[in-house]
Amino acid sequence: MNIRTAIGQYYPAKSIAHELDSRVKLVMTITYVVVAFFVESAGGYCFVTGALFVAVYLSKVPLKFILRGLRAVWALLIFTAVLNVFFTPPIDSADLLLNLGFAQISESGLIMAAKMAVRLMLLVTFSSMLTLTTTPLALADAIEFFLAPLAKIGFPAAEVAMMMTIALRFIPTLIDEMDKIIKAQKARGADFETGSLMRRVKALVPILVPLFISAFRRADDLATAMEARCYRTDVKRTKLRSLKMTRQDYMAILMTALFAVCVLAIR
Amino acid sequence: MGIIEFKNVSFEYARYDEERRVSSTCRALRDVSFSVPRGEFLAVLGHNGSGKSTAAKLINALLTPKTGQVFVNGLDTSVAGNIYEVRKSAGMVFQNPDNQIIANIVEEDVAFGPENLALPPAEIRERVDFALEAVGLRDFADSPPHFLSGGQKQRVAIAGVLAMEPEILVLDEPTAMLDPVGRREVISAVTRLNKERNITVVLITHFMDEAVRADRVLVMDDGRIAMEGSPSEVFSSVERLAELRLDAPQVSELAHILKKAGVPLPGGILTTSEMVMELCALRARFASGLRSLGRDGAPEVR
Repeated sequence: MNIRTAIGQYYPAKSIAHELDSRVKLVMTITYVVVAFFVESAGGYCFVTGALFVAVYLSKVPLKFILRGLRAVWALLIFTAVLNVFFTPPIDSADLLLNLGFAQISESGLIMAAKMAVRLMLLVTFSSMLTLTTTPLALADAIEFFLAPLAKIGFPAAEVAMMMTIALRFIPTLIDEMDKIIKAQKARGADFETGSLMRRVKALVPILVPLFISAFRRADDLATAMEARCYRTDVKRTKLRSLKMTRQDYMAILMTALFAVCVLAIR
Repeated sequence: MGIIEFKNVSFEYARYDEERRVSSTCRALRDVSFSVPRGEFLAVLGHNGSGKSTAAKLINALLTPKTGQVFVNGLDTSVAGNIYEVRKSAGMVFQNPDNQIIANIVEEDVAFGPENLALPPAEIRERVDFALEAVGLRDFADSPPHFLSGGQKQRVAIAGVLAMEPEILVLDEPTAMLDPVGRREVISAVTRLNKERNITVVLITHFMDEAVRADRVLVMDDGRIAMEGSPSEVFSSVERLAELRLDAPQVSELAHILKKAGVPLPGGILTTSEMVMELCALRARFASGLRSLGRDGAPEVR
């Protein structure tokens, strides 16, 4: 079970990337991801990848941690690539490389597959940069900030942010719990590794049932603990760390805008 | 009037059947009255189902009495408008350290309470630093809680309460899920807060050793107060405790057995060091007794 590493968890360090305002980082990430999908030329890809490496360098996060995020999605990468190889129709007969009957493999298909794989890799890497350099709480604050306008039409922005924070907080706890349950079931002879897919899925039931029961119990305890600490939704809460834009943040926005313009110019 | 007042408090839990009708009720507290003076360290003991956790939740207004009244700092907890004031002055720490930490970073969790009180960020910062210092976790401010030991997590929970500057600290079996090292950490942190900052402590526990340091002990049984007194008074009655399905601290039990066997020990021995002192004093007396006997012809004892 390697879910722990799947989500780029916060990597504590002191760097410019860590210090940036989480809202700015969120905007940067979205901009980067969107822009990366517009790139067509090899030069464009080099430029975008270069920018990624600059960001990684500035974040002081070891490359190892960043590559871990990729390891978690390799199956998705291969799946997308394969789909693109088989299902991109050839433009003309010169483009066609191999006719398999049920599918045709074309040069443009191969190029498309490679592009998609690189784009996905860039997407995953850059977004894991966001989660590696931003505490989940700061991220929730940023999302709350962008959802805040919706509060006017009755959307519970602060509560949604709180829910996200708590969900993130409980991921490691529940993973530990699941490890424990799996070990307990294995000790009693449960078999999760052999048999047909159907059998293996069925074998998950005795893991999920106790996991859910325990999650509900935890939720109940947590709600009591939150109430005991005066949590209320009718009064606006304040924050330990109020989000504040500094010169660095404005610089980062400027750089991002410049970057987006450059990428769209060279494609 | 004490900082906490229970006046003829009763409480019952209702059990519901499938049609959501009350099928049976379970009396958790029966006509309980007691008072806790400001600055006291009160330990509440009792076996499972004796009503001690219910009593704790009544102090924090998580529950309100069915009949009778609970006053915290002079405020009636049954009055809806008092709830947040009561919760602010009576902070509560629960049993499971994992289920009461809300944030992913220690200091953000400690800030949760003050944030709820809508304090300005600068003051929250100050309170968080102070609270983490007070429980000795300053160095862990930026750690994720799941990297901490059980004892450390429980101290984070205490810091989270402290940051709200409460006058009362209610701890509902805070050490039940901890190893001995963690238990010591938590109890010594609590004792220090009580002695140095004069915070009133209500410690609910079923570890008798933890109650030894309290100023006063309440023993609950079947929703009533069964015994009350100083730790030495309560723990000397080893047989009464056994009736209530509680074990006296090991040292008290040893003292009880020795006394029964005819060893002339004084009452109220609670700690190992007290026991060692008494036994040494006894040996010295015994030895000098023998020596004086020696003049009469018995062999010399060194």
